[in-house]
Amino acid sequence: MNEETVVRTAVPRLVVTQDNEFWFRAAREGRLEIQRCADCHVLRHPPAPVCPECRSFDWDTVESSRRCTLHSYTVLHYPRDDAFDYPLTVGLVDLEEGIRLVADIAGVDRDELEFGMELEVGFTEHAHGEILPQLRRPRGSRS
Amino acid sequence: MTRAGFSGAAAIAGIGATEFSKNSGRSEWQLACECVLAALDDAGIDVAEVDGFSLFTMENNPEIAVARALGIPQLSFFSRIPHGGGGACAPVQQAALAVAAGVADVVVVYRAFNERSGHRFGAGPPPFAYNPSTDQEYRNWINPYGLLTPAQQEAFLAMLYMHKYGATSEDFGRISVLSRKHAANNPKAWFYQRPITLEDHQNSRWIAEPLHLLDCCQESDGGQALVIVSTERARDLPNPPAVIRAAAQGVGPQQISMSSYSRADIDRLPEVNLVAEQLWRQAGLGPEGIDAAVLYDAFTPMVLLQLEEYGFCGIGEAKDFVADGNLEVDGRLPVNTHGGQLGEGYIHGVNGIAEGVRLIRGTSTNQPAKPVEHVLVTGGSPVPHSAIVLGTDD
Ligand SMILES: [Zn+2]
Repeated sequence: MNEETVVRTAVPRLVVTQDNEFWFRAAREGRLEIQRCADCHVLRHPPAPVCPECRSFDWDTVESSRRCTLHSYTVLHYPRDDAFDYPLTVGLVDLEEGIRLVADIAGVDRDELEFGMELEVGFTEHAHGEILPQLRRPRGSRS
Repeated sequence: MTRAGFSGAAAIAGIGATEFSKNSGRSEWQLACECVLAALDDAGIDVAEVDGFSLFTMENNPEIAVARALGIPQLSFFSRIPHGGGGACAPVQQAALAVAAGVADVVVVYRAFNERSGHRFGAGPPPFAYNPSTDQEYRNWINPYGLLTPAQQEAFLAMLYMHKYGATSEDFGRISVLSRKHAANNPKAWFYQRPITLEDHQNSRWIAEPLHLLDCCQESDGGQALVIVSTERARDLPNPPAVIRAAAQGVGPQQISMSSYSRADIDRLPEVNLVAEQLWRQAGLGPEGIDAAVLYDAFTPMVLLQLEEYGFCGIGEAKDFVADGNLEVDGRLPVNTHGGQLGEGYIHGVNGIAEGVRLIRGTSTNQPAKPVEHVLVTGGSPVPHSAIVLGTDD
């Protein structure tokens, strides 16, 4: 980035650890991976080093279908950060696999937001520089 | 019900504050020293007698800085409590435990900051958010999508609560109107003589839907201190003791700071419920035994949710409990009689503890006509929680 395009954002840099590095790496490659206990197979998110159900430290991941429904949402107006356009719609979704995820929503008008509506997780480079999930209408659906 | 070992053993004997403003014009360190001296003066205790401090981890003025500045010769007890306003009442618990155990005799709690003229919590993540540690790792999952401030982070809960129970923005607004009504009659309040209407609330700009500006507490400069001693000693001091009948902390399942979004019901507050159960057990009473309450009001929806989790009304029924006038000075449960953090000032909940003491002493500027024997004071949510029950001496 040159001087003119530098985004002044308050979003902290990601805290990447041995516990969550897989998730951010997959996101950069356009995949949504979910941590899974290798012993009892319970999924968990956000990532953590140990299974809260059986206390196993062994885990692998499964790739999400990225299909989800809107559990709750908000429309942000103030304060404004340079990394986003406002009003900014942010959703909390139930992924088909049964875990929750937060991401900003693109391409859905404020008045069209509905609890339970079907959405899909896409990936985009946010203005703060990270490639991360963004929620949108499922491909093939009418917009 | 059996009472906890420390229930009734310690009391708040002194309260003291600076003015609550938008620009104090002096250092946070000075604010801390001023409010500590004011509280000791109120308690009638010499500054050199202080042997303990209990503070927030977020407090920028360490106990040793205040002890040094005030010439306090020695400290035998000092502790810190995390989680900001959620932990607001926990330093009082620490103080009560220390006094009851004989570890310290005079423990001072203070919170002092320039939170309006300095770093504003509503402006974005605080300076420590940029320290890459497990403590701040939770920000990975919310901050990069725009949820940067507390108002933005609890909006999901408020939105879902409205959807599930039919609560409206007006129902939240009634808390704001009530607080400003109380503040209008409190000369110490920033919004003294400046009440608002529900229409004002509705017309205030959006912050994070469903929260309007007037759903959000103030940002303030100021300091508030409390002096905790044994109840026995407090009886010989100038003011009636505000006896610490119960004091508790709580963390619930899958707790994350401001964003416990993986819980089945994100609009419930299990950590608050956990604190409530402990308080009732320790104090030997239930919600029906509480005469008035100071409920943490960083944002209005949390007052409704806390009314429910503490059992003053059923789940989803707080909007009706509020609309029926129960929170008014002459109601069943007068709430935030000082004007709350919406109306008086935002001293991270510690100014609310001082109002709890005034209600027990009978000196609130909005003192209910009925006898006030037990007052509940709570910390913030949705974060790890704390609360106390203050009582008259018996
Ligand atoms: Zn497991």
